[in-house]
Amino acid sequence: MPALPLDEAGKYVAGAYGVFVTLILVYVAIMGARLQRMERELHALTELAERRRSRDRS
Amino acid sequence: MTHLPGRGLTRLDSTLFGKGLRGLSIATTVTIATALALVFFYAPIDADQGFVQKIFYVHVPLAIVALIGFVVAAGFAVAHLRTRQVKFDHLSYVAIHMGIIFGVAVLLTGSIWAKASWGKWWVWDEPTLVSFLIVFLLYVTYYPLRYSIEDPERRARFSSVFAITAGAFVPINFIAVRLAEGFVHPRVLNTTAGDMPGEMRLTFLVSLAGIALLYVTLMKLELTAKHTRGQLKRLRRLLESEEAEVGPSGSPLASVPARPE
Repeated sequence: MPALPLDEAGKYVAGAYGVFVTLILVYVAIMGARLQRMERELHALTELAERRRSRDRS
Repeated sequence: MTHLPGRGLTRLDSTLFGKGLRGLSIATTVTIATALALVFFYAPIDADQGFVQKIFYVHVPLAIVALIGFVVAAGFAVAHLRTRQVKFDHLSYVAIHMGIIFGVAVLLTGSIWAKASWGKWWVWDEPTLVSFLIVFLLYVTYYPLRYSIEDPERRARFSSVFAITAGAFVPINFIAVRLAEGFVHPRVLNTTAGDMPGEMRLTFLVSLAGIALLYVTLMKLELTAKHTRGQLKRLRRLLESEEAEVGPSGSPLASVPARPE
């Protein structure tokens, strides 16, 4: 098969690199969601520890 | 395993997977940016395939790194079976996890390249493509195997056995493909180090370094997240058990559902 002209080949190259970048972005978004969940849990644990501390003092 | 005196808190290990993550992330970003600049502004356009050959600089490094990742996972699995340390099971799991993600990228970019070069999205009589698909599908079965076992120790042991068996299959598969007769797929790393001109070889090597660094960075990120989740889970259990001893008082933890590690 002869080499594709630049304008047509460019779409395929952009598609391939786009797939690569998209996968990384999706992964980063998933990691971001996980981080948010962990932050919420840590916040709840901190609240609990603080409440216990104030209860122990009184 | 260490016990913290007087608190009843058991710490499985003190490994901090996030150490050095910032420096590694910066190195990865710089290397990938350099690789992209070399791909589009330095490497010559291939006389045979034309501009489409630029896909080679992302597709081939991804494939190499994914396959090496599977072999590395087998190495961690061996270390886990020898030492029974949980961190090696985590390392093996994350190496396979990243290998599968990179494998998805390999299959998609390879399909796009095949369509541009051969006019078809997939060619079934091409040994390199089919063998990679077989390896990929083999590793996809790792998840149902791992998560169908509830007991953590058995799960880690069985997963390690799988990782070693499948990891041994990767080089065997690679050699089998080399011995196959159909050489339609371009050889990249042959005995004469390829027929690439110097500029193309340099670009390829920088791209390979960038993708390898990305793999290690994402692996560290995943391990850090997994480890932190485990620590939070343990802390939660400890606080909940102490709360139960003191007496319930509307624990704020009730609003946050516990997730399996």
